[in-house]
Amino acid sequence: MSVQWMNDADAALAAAKASKKAVLLDFTAAPT
Amino acid sequence: MVSAFIHEHFVPFQANVNDPAQRTAFRRFGALWTPSVVILNSDGEERFRIEGFLPTREFHAQLHLALARIVAARKRWADAEPLYARIADEFSDTFAAPQALYWRGVAGYQGRRDKTALKAMAVEMKQRYPNDEWAIRAAVWLPE
Repeated sequence: MSVQWMNDADAALAAAKASKKAVLLDFTAAPT
Repeated sequence: MVSAFIHEHFVPFQANVNDPAQRTAFRRFGALWTPSVVILNSDGEERFRIEGFLPTREFHAQLHLALARIVAARKRWADAEPLYARIADEFSDTFAAPQALYWRGVAGYQGRRDKTALKAMAVEMKQRYPNDEWAIRAAVWLPE
């Protein structure tokens, strides 16, 4: 299972508030 | 395994410095280096930061520390204490363990105003992790 990353920070924050989950922000330099 | 844990407890967001459209997130959240992981509570307040690469098990342990920190920051000490205890037990081979022991002691003190929790923690840390920086921080509570 791989992580299904979101790429919209505002959407992630809204989803966290709605679900009462924490937010994990991953800042990477992995090749795209 | 860690990915399942992430989805269970976090909303995951990723920004790649190689994608110009995603670089604004680096500035917005103050990411100075890659890899960096910033943990926010559900209200969007930063509670934990991991800078630099960690092996999977160390990273998993740090995520547990982050969740415990969110609970502790809400001063839910009775809930935070067992979370830290679990990290100290289940991740005793990681760098997170001595930090978890330290905060388990703090949570015990804050929750019950029991100074023996700090002394017991300091003694345990001296025995288990004598050279760790968290043991040094705890040494102030060692019995004379």
